[in-house]
Parts: sequence; C-alpha cells; structure tokens
Amino acid sequence: MTGQRFSWTRWQGILRKEFIQLRRDRLTFGMVVMIPIIQLLLFGFAINADPKQLPTAVLSDDEGPFVRSLVSALQVSRYFRVVAQLRSPAEAEDLLRRGEVQFVINVPSQFERRIVRSEPAQFLIEADATDPSATNSALAALQPLIEQTMQRDLPQFARRAVVDVRPIDLRVHRLYNPEVISAYNTVPALLGVVLTMTMVMMTALAMTRERERGTFETLLATPALPVEVMLGKVVPYVLIGLIQVTLMLIAAWLIFGVPIVGSVALIYAMVLAFIIANLVLGITLSSVARNQLQAVQMTIFFFLPSILLSGFMFPFRGMPLWAQWLGNALPLTHFVVIIRGVMLKGVGFAEVWQHLAAIGGFVVVVLALGLKFYRRTLD
Amino acid sequence: MNAAPLSIDVSGLNKHFGPKHVVKDFSLQVRRGEIYGFLGPNGSGKTTSIRMLCGLLTPDSGHGTCLGFDVLREASKIKREVGYMTQRFSLWEDLTVRENLEFVAQMFEMPQRKRAVENTFERMGLADRTGQLAGTLSGGWKQRLALAACMLHEPKLLLLDEPTAGVDPKARRDFWTEIHALAKQGISILVSTHYMDEAERCHRLAYIAYGTLLVKGTIDEVIAQQTLCTWVVSGPELVELETELERRPGVAHVTPFGNSLHVVGTSEQALLDAIAPFRTDARYVWSQSTPTLEDVFIHLMPPGMERRP
Repeated sequence: MTGQRFSWTRWQGILRKEFIQLRRDRLTFGMVVMIPIIQLLLFGFAINADPKQLPTAVLSDDEGPFVRSLVSALQVSRYFRVVAQLRSPAEAEDLLRRGEVQFVINVPSQFERRIVRSEPAQFLIEADATDPSATNSALAALQPLIEQTMQRDLPQFARRAVVDVRPIDLRVHRLYNPEVISAYNTVPALLGVVLTMTMVMMTALAMTRERERGTFETLLATPALPVEVMLGKVVPYVLIGLIQVTLMLIAAWLIFGVPIVGSVALIYAMVLAFIIANLVLGITLSSVARNQLQAVQMTIFFFLPSILLSGFMFPFRGMPLWAQWLGNALPLTHFVVIIRGVMLKGVGFAEVWQHLAAIGGFVVVVLALGLKFYRRTLD
Repeated sequence: MNAAPLSIDVSGLNKHFGPKHVVKDFSLQVRRGEIYGFLGPNGSGKTTSIRMLCGLLTPDSGHGTCLGFDVLREASKIKREVGYMTQRFSLWEDLTVRENLEFVAQMFEMPQRKRAVENTFERMGLADRTGQLAGTLSGGWKQRLALAACMLHEPKLLLLDEPTAGVDPKARRDFWTEIHALAKQGISILVSTHYMDEAERCHRLAYIAYGTLLVKGTIDEVIAQQTLCTWVVSGPELVELETELERRPGVAHVTPFGNSLHVVGTSEQALLDAIAPFRTDARYVWSQSTPTLEDVFIHLMPPGMERRP
C-alpha cells in the first residue's frame, strides 16, 4: 500500500506474542485439545444412520405358525424389536400416534390360508415416517425378510408360487464399508467438522479480542502490516489444527477401528490445506466483526450450512442442484469427499486434486476480502 | 526557541463521524523540544485530533505535516517516528512487562533490541518488575510501562493522550519530570490533560471545545487574550455569597478555591459595580487578583458545561 516491505522480524514478533498468549490462556488451550476428542467420541458413537432395534407392533388375529415365525425373523434381523402383539387396529393406531412404536405390521386374517390357496394376499406395514431416515433401512430389510420366512415356512406348493414372482436375482456389493458401519462414514468427516468449528472460531476471536481490549490501537500505531499481523496470528493455529487431527486420527483408528487405507502423508497434506482455508475465513470474519460476540455469531452462521449442506449429515446427492452449488462453495464439502476417499477407499492425489483446487479457490477469494476489510486506521 | 523547526504543522483538519463534525478546522504548530498542553472538556475532540496526527485516523480535509511527513499520505512514515500513548492502557495484559516491550521493539524493527529494552527498564525504574504480567500492575506502573513502550523506539514526537488520568500525585510528578527531561533532549511532546498544575508546566497550550480550537499560546498569552479581571473574596458563608454574586450582571462566573471565591468578569468597571454592595460588608475580605489559567478555562467552557458547585 505504501511500499513497505514484509518484515520477518515483525512477523516473528507477532507469532511469538500469539504463542505466549495462547499458552497463558489455559481454558482455550484445554478446549483445543479436549474438544476434538470429546466430539469424536460423542458423535462417533452417537450418530447412526442405520438404526436397529426399532420398536414394532404386530397386528394379527392369526395365531398360525407363519405369524410366529415372522415375529421371530423380525427379531433376528435386529432391525425390529417386537414390543407388542395386538388384536385391535385402534390399539395399533394409538401406539403409532404416541410414538411408542415405529412400525405396525398388519397380518390380515387367514393370511396363511389365502397364500396356501394361491389367492391374492396383502400385507400392510404402517411406518411412522415423520423421521424418514429412521425407517428407510429397516423397510429395505423387510421385503427379503418376509420372502425368506415364507419360503421356509410355507408348504412346498405354495412356496413355488412366491419364488416364481422373482425372475431376477439382484446382488448388491457394499464396497469400502461392507458391514455398513456408520462410524466409517461419520468419523473421518468429523475431522472436518471439528476443524471447521475450532479453527474458524478461534481465529475469528483473535483479532476482535485485540479490538475489544484496545490493544488493536497500539498495534495500529506501530508500522506492522496487515499481512504480517494476519499471518502471525494464523500460524499458531495451523499447529493446533495438526495436533487436533493427529489426536482424532489415533482415536479413529484405536477406538472406532476405522481403516486408514490411503496414504497418511496425503491425509496430512489435505488437512493442512483445509486448515488454512478455515483460518483464512476466521481471520477475515474477525476483520469484519466489531466485537467478539459478532465474531461468534458469524462463525455459527458459517458452521451450520457447513454441517448440513456439506454431505456430512445428509447425502450430498440428495440435495437440489442449487443447494449442491452452495455446498460446493464450502470447503467442508470437498474435505469430506477427500478424507472419506483417502481413508476408506485409499484414493491418491489424482482422484482428489479437483477438490483441493476448490478449497484453494475458496482461500484466494476469502483472503482477498480479508485484506480489503482489514482496517489500517480506526476510521 | 522560535527558530526551532516545527514538529507538527497542520492546518484546517476536519473529521466527521457520520453526521457529527467532531473536529473543525484544527490548526496546530508544535516546535521541536516543546511541551504542548492540549486541554478541553471530555468529548471535545482531543483524542480524535491526536489520532489524526499519528495516522490512526485519516482527516476528511485539511493539510499539514508531522515531522515533515504528510499527515494524509505518509501515515506509515509518521508511525515510525511518533510515540503514541493511548488514553486507556492498551498494552497486552497477559504479557509480562518484558514481553510487552520486546514485542514493541520488534514491531519497530529496532536494532539491538535486548539492549534497548534493558536501557528502558533502567531509565523508567521498571527493572524490578520485568517478569510481572502487565495486567497485574497498579495504575501508576501501568502508566510508566505505557510511557516506556511509546518512547522505546526513540521517537522524535510523543503524543500523550491523558497520560496521568487516574494516577496518584507522586507518580504524576515523576511523570512530568520525565517529560521535561525528554523535551530537553529535543523531543517534542503533545500532551492532553485535565489538570491545571500540569497545564502550567507546559511551554504552550491549546484549548479545544466542541471540536473547535478556542485559544492557543503561552500561559501568559492565553490569560491575556481573554482580558478577564478577577477579584478574590474570603469570609464566612461563601456558598450563599456565590449564588448571590452569580446573579449579578457583570459577573461572568464565580468559582470556589479552597476557602475563597474567584469572582471573574470581562469588564473591569462592570465587575466593580457588581461587587460594590458586598465590598462594604465587613465580614468579607476583598482583593484584586490576576486571573489564573483555571479562571480562563472555566470561562472558555461553553454554556451549559460550566462547573456548578
């Protein structure tokens, strides 16, 4: 701006000051170490996209062997827990309405006899679909489950009729996560979520804290350049981010048994790029925010869409196109793809560079905004 | 003295914050080695003026130089040569005294920083407290540290914004001894204050109210410019006397000083007429006096802001 050159001396001075202040701020320092571990444990164990043991009621006035064997098959599948066998539809409706059961399986009267006589037989399953994701996988498991039960328990001649309806044998290979373990999906992505939260928030507070305490005026009265101040404040958090990632990777491997198929070096390189993206954003927010409260609010405004639109919580491909575009502007979206790819599928740089480029683009745009907003005066 | 070059030479500076015109046509000349007192009620624009001089605020209009650098275009060069002490303590409270000074030394890219910091400790008497966190220092020590930090890089001009607010009398006196020693070395100092005894220790003064500079000059010049006349009266029940005197035409204002009243007017004859009935009262002792600096400043305070007993 005024032809001043970047000074390593000043930059080191700011770096040193940040480290000293960070070391003295015990609470923040403790949070930086504890938050990733606690969140990883909490969410890693708590989030399950494939819920099992869903409470189920069976409504039937048929006491035949088929119904008994269906109930036991439901239990064995682990998706259903039969909590009640009912006789009246009113009772069933009441249980559903109160949310005490997720499913009611209606076995019509004389179901068995109709099947045996090859008459059309209907089988109704009522599901509480207020939470679709809770019911989906259980329902998907139900169809083959009933067919299997029928094959096993129905008389020979009736069984043939059922089997003949299925001309194609469909096989599904669940690649990279054959047992459909939710932790494989959530834990690597949690790395990105925790980094987004802590990195953006801490750097967003870094500059506003100076402004609130009045020390920003002292800093402005010195010849320090904006880029020196920003870089000096950012670098300590790069180290903190790397420490967090290391702790989380160890926990992912030891506690959740998440495989690390790809290269660890590549993981760290990608993590570094992602950390930088978040820090640049945080420092930009802190140049715009007038106080620490605003800085925290801005962080949350960024954090929520990051969680919801990035594909961390809900499938990215399920979103409409405009929301996918919005999601693509967020670094977490790309990081989730990268980290799942490298950790679970073992992909290399060739497969992830486009996502890395997207994160790089985010850094350039946000950094430009940040330098524009950094005020060199108190105006 | 008059031959000394000007450290600050600005004229016609203006600053608006939104619709508020905070500083109006500010002009100031401070010579090298001069201690220039800057007075005025709270919110009159002192801090804003000082911030414009050291490049923290950009003036909306006007021109001038600070240490030969243009105040509008060469803010970064001014920053290198100026020491600015903020009104509120604004060093890092979670750093020690030493860490604070070392940080400032690094920001100014000083050569031989360790030596410079050690020398400053000695000079400011901070040597015993180098390891103490700045936030745990008492008011007087904070002020010493702040002064140490702003003169560490050997600036040619010090801008001190109410440096002695909230500091005990002993520390205030030491502070002013230090200021005078710095001025003798050829450093120019602009210092804002509310204290009359401090104002009297300045070489020259300026008084600002509502963003407008009202008077400037030496103490004698400032007093002479206002052509005030003062009578001092002592005796019993001065509070009643003060209210009665203030109602009289010809009396500009009445200020209690210890157990006497300063009765100030702008016209000699009108003041004599005003106090005549009270002078015959044997209980009171009247004497004519020369107006003091405080008389002048109270007189200059805009209507509605006068001090009431």
